[in-house]
Amino acid sequence: MVRATHWIVTLTFFGLLVSGIAILLAHPRLYWGETGAFGTPSLLDLPIPFVLGNSGWGRSLHFLSAWVCVLSGMVYVLSGFLTQHFRRDLMPEKAEWSWGRVALAIRAHLRSSRPGEEELPGYNVLQRLAYLAVVFVLFPLIVLSGLAMSPAITSAVPALVNGFGGQQSARTVHFFLASFLVLFVVVHVVMVGRAGFTRRMRAMITGDPAGGKAGR
Amino acid sequence: MSGGLSRRKLLKTGLAVAAGACGLGVAARIAGRYGLIPPDSGGIYGVGETLTYATQRLLLARHPLAREFSSGEISTVCPINGEPPEDDLYRQGLAQGFADWRLTVDGLVDRPASLSLSDLKSYPSSSQITNQVCEEGWSFIAEWTGVPLSYVLDLVGVQARARYVAFFPFDESWDSLDLVEARHPQTLLAYRMNGQELEAAHGAPLRVRVPRQLGYKSVKYLSRIMVTDTLKDIGKGLGSISPEIGYSWYAGI
Repeated sequence: MVRATHWIVTLTFFGLLVSGIAILLAHPRLYWGETGAFGTPSLLDLPIPFVLGNSGWGRSLHFLSAWVCVLSGMVYVLSGFLTQHFRRDLMPEKAEWSWGRVALAIRAHLRSSRPGEEELPGYNVLQRLAYLAVVFVLFPLIVLSGLAMSPAITSAVPALVNGFGGQQSARTVHFFLASFLVLFVVVHVVMVGRAGFTRRMRAMITGDPAGGKAGR
Repeated sequence: MSGGLSRRKLLKTGLAVAAGACGLGVAARIAGRYGLIPPDSGGIYGVGETLTYATQRLLLARHPLAREFSSGEISTVCPINGEPPEDDLYRQGLAQGFADWRLTVDGLVDRPASLSLSDLKSYPSSSQITNQVCEEGWSFIAEWTGVPLSYVLDLVGVQARARYVAFFPFDESWDSLDLVEARHPQTLLAYRMNGQELEAAHGAPLRVRVPRQLGYKSVKYLSRIMVTDTLKDIGKGLGSISPEIGYSWYAGI
């Protein structure tokens, strides 16, 4: 289930990214507060020399991808709790909750030592914290900030948009969260590459970390 | 991997797929009966449109109100998209302060009507300070004054089988709302904005104001309102001009 939802979310992530960029290009300015438009002060003017007019397809693709992404994300989280995947594989162990261990993991990454065949199974503390932050902080927040832009949903749940400090603030937060997620994906793919791309991809597709014929 | 295990797996997968397909079929029937399927539900994107529309119709079943703001929060910059219609009739009306303009209300109604601006202004009025959000991303807060659409609908008497209200402006940007949104207390036929007569740029003489959906649902330059049970015969049958140019019919997002 972890693997299936991983690849569905990967697919929808790219759908969301491409369509999100298309939507953003219709008005590449970001504001803080409730409202904003050309002629009002902006928080950030993205240096894009053109505006993409019709982003209708962008919205359609964004919402379709979002639905699939959120539904499979929910399946992942539910099964992660039921199978104890989160507790067993992602929660840092007691001994790992120390700056020393975090620093050690950072140093290991900086030395760019490739993990060898004899590496220990499981994730190190940096990986655990990164995955937990993506699953339990970035993803929920990006969904909530997206919903906070909906005039219909905020009529039912005004606290959603007020909590972000206004509809335009929610749009801006949504943009920065998306940027963090893109950063995570880039680092994630680079790390997978360094750890042995083919072997990791095979493991993530077949579920067999050894790449042998044992199956399960 | 033993053969038995793979057969069991295959059987389980098959059953799951069959159950899923049956479930989807039943869900679609129920959704259709309760008006949870938007007119632009076709195609792959239609799946997303339908999920969004059905979910929000259920979420908004108690008709919550869009957020309203204080007069101090009214925006100083209120941008517009598009130009007023080129239509001769419209330009004439604009020059004469729309003295001869009439709003036609027809379709599945007991008493079709032709209403002048002064008729509309003589009805109970309602004001709201709400956020207008363009699908492009910009927004502004303004005060809108007009007659609740539900008042006009009650005046003409909507027939039992009606399901949608279609809006026809002087230009080609026709649109429609389901009766839930049309009857919502904040859905206005607005003739004033920020205390002034509605300007041509903002939709004079009369525009719809739908604060729970994106700006493009608030049709400007109204000329005719038609109550109907189906949108299949209008335009390409997708419920408004928007899906014909790539946008969603339902814009609650």
